[in-house]
Amino acid sequence: MSAINLLEESIVEKTAGESESIPSQTFPDEVILDIDNVSISYSGNPAVKHVSFPIAKNRITSIIGPSGCGKSTLLRSINRMNDFIDGVTVDGNFIYAGHNVYSSRIDPVEVRRNIGMVFQKPNPFPKTIYKNISWGPQINGFTGSMDELVEKSLRQAALWDEVRDRLHESALGLSGGQQQRLCIARALAMEPDILLMDEPCSALDPISTSHIEDLLFDLKSRYTIVIVTHNMQQAARISDYTAFLEMGDLIEFGITDQLFTRPNQKRTEEYVTGRFG
Amino acid sequence: MQMREMETLKHSDVNQAKKIDIRKTRVRWGEFLIESSLGLCAMISIFTTGVIIFILAQESLGFFEAVSPFDFFFGTSWVPLFEPSSYGVLPLLWGTMLITIGAALFAIPTGLASAIYLSEYASPRMRAVVKPVLEVLAGIPTVVYGYFALTFVTPLLRKMVPGLEVFNALSGAIVVGVMILPTIATLSDNALRAVPDSLRQGAYALGATSLEVTTRVVVPAGLSGVMASFLLAISRAIGETMAVTLAAGATPNLSLTFLESIQTMTAYIVQVSMGDTPAGGIAYQTLFAVAGLLFVITLILNIVSQWILSKFREVYE
Ligand SMILES: Nc1ncnc2c1ncn2[C@@H]1O[C@H](COP(=O)(O)OP(=O)(O)OP(=O)(O)O)[C@@H](O)[C@H]1O
Ligand SMILES: [Mg+2]
Repeated sequence: MSAINLLEESIVEKTAGESESIPSQTFPDEVILDIDNVSISYSGNPAVKHVSFPIAKNRITSIIGPSGCGKSTLLRSINRMNDFIDGVTVDGNFIYAGHNVYSSRIDPVEVRRNIGMVFQKPNPFPKTIYKNISWGPQINGFTGSMDELVEKSLRQAALWDEVRDRLHESALGLSGGQQQRLCIARALAMEPDILLMDEPCSALDPISTSHIEDLLFDLKSRYTIVIVTHNMQQAARISDYTAFLEMGDLIEFGITDQLFTRPNQKRTEEYVTGRFG
Repeated sequence: MQMREMETLKHSDVNQAKKIDIRKTRVRWGEFLIESSLGLCAMISIFTTGVIIFILAQESLGFFEAVSPFDFFFGTSWVPLFEPSSYGVLPLLWGTMLITIGAALFAIPTGLASAIYLSEYASPRMRAVVKPVLEVLAGIPTVVYGYFALTFVTPLLRKMVPGLEVFNALSGAIVVGVMILPTIATLSDNALRAVPDSLRQGAYALGATSLEVTTRVVVPAGLSGVMASFLLAISRAIGETMAVTLAAGATPNLSLTFLESIQTMTAYIVQVSMGDTPAGGIAYQTLFAVAGLLFVITLILNIVSQWILSKFREVYE
């Protein structure tokens, strides 16, 4: 059963008699990745339970919810970064490019080449700015002009002007906000299909944050973005779709505007307005 | 905004009510006692080092009054105890180098590989077994390694390598290599494990394989610690005494192969110290000249290692 059907079903179920703020009968965008009845547990302790929702191509989807509700767990499992944690079990399907990402015929390295990730804490390699960008393409056999690719990626991440004169200096000399944009540029250099971001602005000041938000907006035309955030305003400002999780359950998924202004679920409303007030 | 102002207000009220005095009013004798006794201990080790250097220098100078430095550093024959005597240190230096290079050739690849395995691939269970074993290996007295070489390694090698003498550099180099392997493995493992996981995850997220993550992110990031482990192991190999004396013998030799008996600088020092060479003579002074040279070599190695450490140090938060 696909997530789209589930979405419709759950909406029908949950909204009987409530407002008409429902996405139309059919999902309005092309689905690039379908999260289908996914449950994830750590050594038997469930962290995500029967979650289904689609990720729309060339859109920003945000995942919100209280601390510990399973946002990072869900995000990490999309590109199999959960493989490195002992005791994780994943049930259900992540349908991407016609395959379940967890099928035994799938090469997780290939999955990660196409689904990039930016982490909560900036984690540049202790190498030069240039090598931070060129590293990924290089190991993946990139043959074009590396200089051009580095410049393009840095421009896309709105970092080029600040670092153009110090490309061969250590990336660790950059500020936290610059490091985070470098990590975004590093992910973009791989030209990923989907970009996963786990609270990319949580360690940043408001100015760097708004830089990155502008950036995400620009990137939307070329990439699909899934972002975890604790910042309600941010989710409302930048995302097209929002998924609200609570204690591992998907409480509500929908078009961001509707979810924030006319949520179907009381818990969504409480959470969303609680943070606003 | 208002809240914060009110809080500051309350704070200053409290300050006025409670008289605050931050002047120095008492001497902390306990602190003073501890500090001065720690300082004293440090002084003892500095003093000892100073005395050793002084004696080495004094006796070496006495030696160089009788033997020209040129003959010592560039002579190719070391026959200090018999007539006609000659005092060219090169054979001893060469013996030490042969052992050190051989040991490093064996221990650096093996040690680094073990460290990579331990830190990147082994399960926690495996680590819990292997690490203590390595540490025990590092704690075995070196004379035991010497007998191990003589009674086990050499006979085994003689079956495989034709023309191998009973005392030979090969066997010495192998046991010294085995001896310094735990140093490299445990220190490099520590260095690799200190590399933050976030770097590994960043690399995996770019579609890297485990091998790429290990060789192109983790090892470079931990390189300063890895290099330090190499240098420490090498200086142990240079200073190693009992194992090489037992395994490689006491024949000063400029041989290019590992098959013959050689003598290292340390082995020579043992030979003279344990023999009945009378104090004060020139033969006795050779001891200090050789020890002084050993000291200078180790010192240079330490300085170089400090320099490499500072050059390669990659800081990560
Ligand atoms: N490596 C792990 N091992 C065991 N349990 C884990 C692990 N990581 C997360 N968990 C548990 O899974 C649940 C979900 O954690 P997760 O990190 O996904 O939450 P989150 O929504 O991202 O929270 P936050 O907003 O604080 O980052 C929590 O109960 C957490 O304790
Ligand atoms: Mg999280």
